[in-house]
Amino acid sequence: MDNSAFQLAKQAILVPSDLQESDIHRVMDQLLNGSVDNGDIYFQSSHYESWVLEDGIIKEGSHNIEQGAGVRALSGEKTGFAYSDKIDLPVLLSAVKNVQAIARQGQTAKTSLPGRTPYPALYAPINPLSSLSDQEKVDFLRKIDAETRKLDPRIEQVIISLVGVQDHILIANQGSSLVGDVRPLVRMNVSVIVEEKGQREQGSMGGGARSDYHYFLEQDRALGFAREAVRQALVNLEAIPAPAGSMPIVLGSGWPGILLHEAIGHGLEGDFNRKGTSAFSGRVGERVASSLCTVVDDGTLQDRRGSLSIDDEGTPTQCTTLIENGILKGYMQDKLNARLMGVQPTGNGRRESYAHTPMPRMTNTYMLPGESDPEEILQSVKNGLYAKNFGGGQVDITSGKFVFSASEAYLIENGKITHPVKGATLIGNGPDVLTRVSMVGNDLALDSGVGTCGKEGQSVPVGVGQPTLKIDALTVGGTNV
Amino acid sequence: MQTQQEITRLQTTIHELLLEAKNQGASAADAGLSIDNGLSVNVRLGDVETIEHHCSQGLGITVYFGQKKGSANSTDLSEKSIKETVTAACSIARYASDDPYAGLPDPDRLASEFKDLELYHPWDLSPNDAINLALSCEDTARQYHPDISNSEGASVDTYQGIRVFGNSLGFLHGYASTRHSISCSVLGERDGNMERDYWYSVARNHKNLESPELVGKKAAERTVLRLGARSLTTRKAPVLYSAEVASGLISSFLGAISGGSLYRKSSFLLDSLGTKVFPDFINIYEQPHLLGALGSACYDAEGVTTKANKIVTDGILDSYLLSSYSARKLDMQSTGHAGGVHNLCISAGEQDFQQLLKQMDTGLLVTELMGQGVNPVTGDYSRGASGFWVEQGEIQYPVQEITIAGNLKDMFQHILAVGNDIDYRGNIRTGSILIEEMAIAGE
Ligand SMILES: [Zn+2]
Repeated sequence: MDNSAFQLAKQAILVPSDLQESDIHRVMDQLLNGSVDNGDIYFQSSHYESWVLEDGIIKEGSHNIEQGAGVRALSGEKTGFAYSDKIDLPVLLSAVKNVQAIARQGQTAKTSLPGRTPYPALYAPINPLSSLSDQEKVDFLRKIDAETRKLDPRIEQVIISLVGVQDHILIANQGSSLVGDVRPLVRMNVSVIVEEKGQREQGSMGGGARSDYHYFLEQDRALGFAREAVRQALVNLEAIPAPAGSMPIVLGSGWPGILLHEAIGHGLEGDFNRKGTSAFSGRVGERVASSLCTVVDDGTLQDRRGSLSIDDEGTPTQCTTLIENGILKGYMQDKLNARLMGVQPTGNGRRESYAHTPMPRMTNTYMLPGESDPEEILQSVKNGLYAKNFGGGQVDITSGKFVFSASEAYLIENGKITHPVKGATLIGNGPDVLTRVSMVGNDLALDSGVGTCGKEGQSVPVGVGQPTLKIDALTVGGTNV
Repeated sequence: MQTQQEITRLQTTIHELLLEAKNQGASAADAGLSIDNGLSVNVRLGDVETIEHHCSQGLGITVYFGQKKGSANSTDLSEKSIKETVTAACSIARYASDDPYAGLPDPDRLASEFKDLELYHPWDLSPNDAINLALSCEDTARQYHPDISNSEGASVDTYQGIRVFGNSLGFLHGYASTRHSISCSVLGERDGNMERDYWYSVARNHKNLESPELVGKKAAERTVLRLGARSLTTRKAPVLYSAEVASGLISSFLGAISGGSLYRKSSFLLDSLGTKVFPDFINIYEQPHLLGALGSACYDAEGVTTKANKIVTDGILDSYLLSSYSARKLDMQSTGHAGGVHNLCISAGEQDFQQLLKQMDTGLLVTELMGQGVNPVTGDYSRGASGFWVEQGEIQYPVQEITIAGNLKDMFQHILAVGNDIDYRGNIRTGSILIEEMAIAGE
């Protein structure tokens, strides 16, 4: 395990609360004393800052400090949970008392968890908030604003935001010693409004990583976001109404991988499958995609937004194959669902904060590259839609129906990209859609580090990616009937 | 009452926060504190699944150094944290730019009368009581029909909270409120296809909740009705938004007339004040002081008094929704909408839901929408939908995997009717809304 991250997390959480490791052992003993199968305590201390530039001025900034501890007791399928914004011994002991009520409802069957396994740190235990001085942050935003406005005379409005987070985590688990992590996260976004002949459009682009603010200074990234935002807005000024109906779709590489996240990913989360509420329940070993498709969830990519050295239950993350050559291989698991389904946890137990209970969540979900040249994929379509970029999406995991909204799309006519069309929603059926993938590009790209996934009211940062893909038929929700 | 003591204690903390801000050199400041306690239980397949005890607190402060603004938040209400949080806000303000429009509200706009809006009705509910209510809710749902095959469970939630807010102009007020809910979600299966739907009831006073059995029955009924859903061919047709999804249309309207989108010119309703946005028969107004209602408040997020506003009269837009900041940017006056609307109502027509179906005759009844799919700048609208195909005023069969699309500006102008089947569960109170024609994309 990464000692320095662990030591730093201990320093940030236990020292100010005047708690010793021995106190935590005492609370854990108390917690596991009742008839519970398992229990954990999740300590968190989180610093978050945001800066917003609008109308050419630094309009606002805010600094948030969030800290607390969540105590959980598990007994069979039952969970007792309590949390507090205070981290001290009496509060923890009273939370333990509260959550043990769950055990009295249930049976006893203590299981022992595997001990601590070593794992590599996937990001440095740094503090992004102090990686630039406040003066440097605002100077940087002003500079990007000035450069953005020079890009095109039709730019009316520029809004730039910069966000940095440093999360300290400590997790006390049954049968293993305390583990900890320090998680940096930065995010930047540029959005513009352009106007021409009284018509207005917006464009927006951003990125981020488990790194510090220098990430945006490198490789011209910040201005790259600006150029992309302006380009998208200008393209949309020219857009004509989108077609309506079923047609072949070519999806661009990178962020359009949100298709996998919505159509496949959520349906493969362990909780839904244990409960039999997912359209993918009980389908391991079956064909759910064309043989061109291999999809993984990989929490181990260096510095990426969706990556974690350990998940929020202390399990090291891994690369889990979800679909291999079209065959469903397995689900993403947290500890509770893994135990109940008789499989190993996959390092996908995540929670928004100490005030929320963990559940199986995605990390970085993407499709491995195929062999087709992206150009050749476009040329194979007579009449269809090329969806280059997307807003968000949503899925009903039970019926399998999912949607995602194109923010930049073009008509394909006779194998060529022609007119840009207005944002349209694409709708399909998860267990079906990948069976219609007939070409997979050789251009795998991951998104720029902007994804946030919501599930049962909890938000966590995630990544997505894919190569250019051709889907033989998908419904496009335009107005041009 | 203990709550009153707690409010008084928190008001003292607000004083300390504002004083600390002044001591650190701020020329003006506002501060808010909140404390929430709750119990949440979920049962599934006749057994307890989770019992959660919620207990959270937070403080937020915004400071002004002249026209420069900074803010900070913390979950730690200790004396030490108060100092540090104020320091964090002040250090941000030092690096912010001079913004001529920044600042506290105009003093004469601040609320000075604080009517008891009857928002606080604690529910003395033990975890066991809550479990029993949830069990009977889920049980009713599971017994409802043989096609009900599985369950995501039933939940009972109860929250009570205290909010205290003050600013350096002398405004200081606090109040307690409660919120309770029962919800249920079950699955049905037919011919190997599963569907899921849910229902919930929410109220300030638990006596106003629907019974657990009714919530369970409605969840199951909705699920069973969806079984056997198919897609539609691509076409144009009238669309009836059922009341529970119609509020989404209205919230897109509210977004478009809110100060932030107007001064950023990111609204499809720019310069629409005094113009016809809806047909003649549409009136939209706000009732912020309804007793015991979910959206009631005496003042907005910055202490400006709320009042019974007319937003739309006979289809004409009467008022934007402005905070002090956006009002100054637009050279207008705050309308008490920092943080949003309070009990927004759409005048209902004479027709009930069945009569709306008859009026539509043939078309699409939408009961669920998916995805974002709304461009706030242009009003272009395209969302995933499911619901029912209707012919001669009668529901024919469930439909899904379709999208509905149009432009909001145009859709608003072509509203044919608003039903009297009002959904009171949210801050926007509307009945079902019938739109003349939209594009439906399907197989
Ligand atoms: Zn998601």
